[in-house]
Amino acid sequence: MGGKSFSLAKGEKSKAEKPKGKKSTGARFRDLSLWFVLIAIVSLFFADIFLYQPDPWEEFTRIGWGMVTPFWPDANELLMSALHTVSFALLGVAVSAALGVLLAIWFHWRVVRVFSAVIRSVHEIFWGLLFMQVFGLSALTGLLAIIIPFAGIFAKVFSDIFHQQSSATVDTLAGSSRLSRFFYGWIPQAWPAMRSYIRYRFECALRSSAILGFIGLPTLGFHLETAFRQGDYSEAAAVFWVFLLLIGTVRFWFYKKLLPAYLLGAVFMLPEMPPVNASFVWQFFTQDLWPSPLLNGDLPGAMSWYGNVLADEVGPALIQTIAITQAALVLSGVMALVWYPFASRWLVGRYYWVGRFKLLVLRSVPELMLAYLFMLLFGPSALPAIFALALHNGGLIAFLLANHSQDASSQQRQDSPSGLARYFYQDLPQRYPAFLALLFYRWEVIMRESAMMGVLGIATLGFYVDSAFEEIRFDKAFFLILVAAALNVIVDSLSRRLRKAAGLKTPRM
Amino acid sequence: MPGQAMFQLTGASFAHDDQLVLHDISLEIRDGEKVALVGPSGAGKSTLLSLLWKQQPDAVALCPQESGLVDLLSTYQNIYMGGLSRFSTLYNLINLIRPWAARREEVARVARTLGIEDKLWNSPDQLSGGQRQRVALGRALYRNMSVFMGDEPVSSLDPEQGEQLLIHVLQQHTTAIVAIHSPELAAKHFDRIIALKDGRIFGDWQAAELDLSTLESVYQDA
Repeated sequence: MGGKSFSLAKGEKSKAEKPKGKKSTGARFRDLSLWFVLIAIVSLFFADIFLYQPDPWEEFTRIGWGMVTPFWPDANELLMSALHTVSFALLGVAVSAALGVLLAIWFHWRVVRVFSAVIRSVHEIFWGLLFMQVFGLSALTGLLAIIIPFAGIFAKVFSDIFHQQSSATVDTLAGSSRLSRFFYGWIPQAWPAMRSYIRYRFECALRSSAILGFIGLPTLGFHLETAFRQGDYSEAAAVFWVFLLLIGTVRFWFYKKLLPAYLLGAVFMLPEMPPVNASFVWQFFTQDLWPSPLLNGDLPGAMSWYGNVLADEVGPALIQTIAITQAALVLSGVMALVWYPFASRWLVGRYYWVGRFKLLVLRSVPELMLAYLFMLLFGPSALPAIFALALHNGGLIAFLLANHSQDASSQQRQDSPSGLARYFYQDLPQRYPAFLALLFYRWEVIMRESAMMGVLGIATLGFYVDSAFEEIRFDKAFFLILVAAALNVIVDSLSRRLRKAAGLKTPRM
Repeated sequence: MPGQAMFQLTGASFAHDDQLVLHDISLEIRDGEKVALVGPSGAGKSTLLSLLWKQQPDAVALCPQESGLVDLLSTYQNIYMGGLSRFSTLYNLINLIRPWAARREEVARVARTLGIEDKLWNSPDQLSGGQRQRVALGRALYRNMSVFMGDEPVSSLDPEQGEQLLIHVLQQHTTAIVAIHSPELAAKHFDRIIALKDGRIFGDWQAAELDLSTLESVYQDA
């Protein structure tokens, strides 16, 4: 992924010896990149990348025609589902941000850190599938599915933001309680950074809320999935454009001052809440989610139960999930490096806004929607997942890199080269550390998403989770979710170590 | 014997963030002149250099203060960057993957005169401040232009080496405009000295007719 472009040539033997000892930064980044490319290529042999659709072009033209002829018979219905989407996102972010602050305050406790890591390692869709079994397709299911993982993410990011602040203000408050120090010192000081992160998360919550429709909640994703499944591409396009419009115009319809009114409105807009049967909920979490041999204290029985699930489901699912993740990671990187110059005024000139617009659209569309679209074209193989992940994450990283590139332009020399020479000799090598940091930062996210995409029928962990829920084998489904969570925690820590070892700073998002 | 005018400013002013950096500057620099720009920091030397550079961007080898070294590329590539405009894009891109033998020869020769030949395959982030400045000078030298413009190009080197390299750079170019901090170096190696103070031309002398005490008065307040 561009690693080769700044290879350091071997010195001529007699005149200039290659330096001994420490490898240069460029060579280290190149080697690191090449390792990931190699792993991705090997992954492709394990991933199921066949075309199950004999003629993708025919479907492609039908979808393309649908996209330019959006149509929805009942405007009221579409409006309601858009309002549901916004309500889930608003309330979800409000509650999870508050919880995230509380968790961040006690983030120096290991148990809080582990708890946050575990709750954010499970995808919204998995939380949704889990709560659906007890709370049905209710508002509670949708809200919890967003609040729980988002609280874990907020906790981590807020704690990082607190750490970046100068301690001068808080030092003057020495002697006061931890809570007062936070509410009088850290939080007011960090508030601008926190607010801008919450704003970004609101956009993510809109995406999460929309895709929860894919598992049946009454948000935009529900209508999108239904329309797609029935092959009604004009209707699907109508939902798609409404969603893009919604997410693209947040800053025009979201007034900070009206936040309390919005939140109140969101509560009223939530779908119906059926009564909850407490004993059923209790039984679900204490009995149904665990394999019966384990509950009965039958250790050999439990071992054989776990052995079977590991061999039949976890093994194959892990191979697909990891293979798709690694391939998608590298393809995201390639896409980001190819796309970002087209969105930077200093590299392509005045038409940079075309590239910017494309990247904005790509990063606004959730992976699951893109994957669904590609699945119609290629069938349920690993291909749609890899393409969808690469498009969304590549677009997102490219957008950030383009911003970095534009910001750095004022520090560039007046006599900087232009065109391709500027890109390869100056901009790309300067952006590369940030690029790697961003990509490794997304690694965990890509892993989470590729596990989840199984709900579309691609054979990753999500596929087996979904099937287990359908067979009402809650114990198996829950165990598979735990495996997905563990995998995610491992990748997260691997990425952190790798970034540290490579000397990469936490990227500016 | 200076030839025809290469750079000309008449009544030029320049503002940065609504702050006037240069006031009413008029000057002419002829082909063959070696001009030193002196003056306290903040006098507008860098801004004046950048205004002059804009008049002939394609004929000038520039060595600005922000050296613009690319840390992920080798010293070789950082020096080669001075020659990018001489070769085709394709040629330049191939050079990134595998440096051309002929260019390696040339760049090594430039590096040798700068005393960094052994650092050719190190990256700038492995070099000291003085070595980095030599790489930046190398890029300017490899541009092969007749005009050199430098902004404190030897400030990170020790005085003796700095002077030697300055002499070398001046020899390699027919015309030179260099912002320089040391009045001694300015008087010794340049034909003409322009002093800037508070964004105005404070004095413009031929080096021969100038004594150091006049020059040092530039640095004194009021």
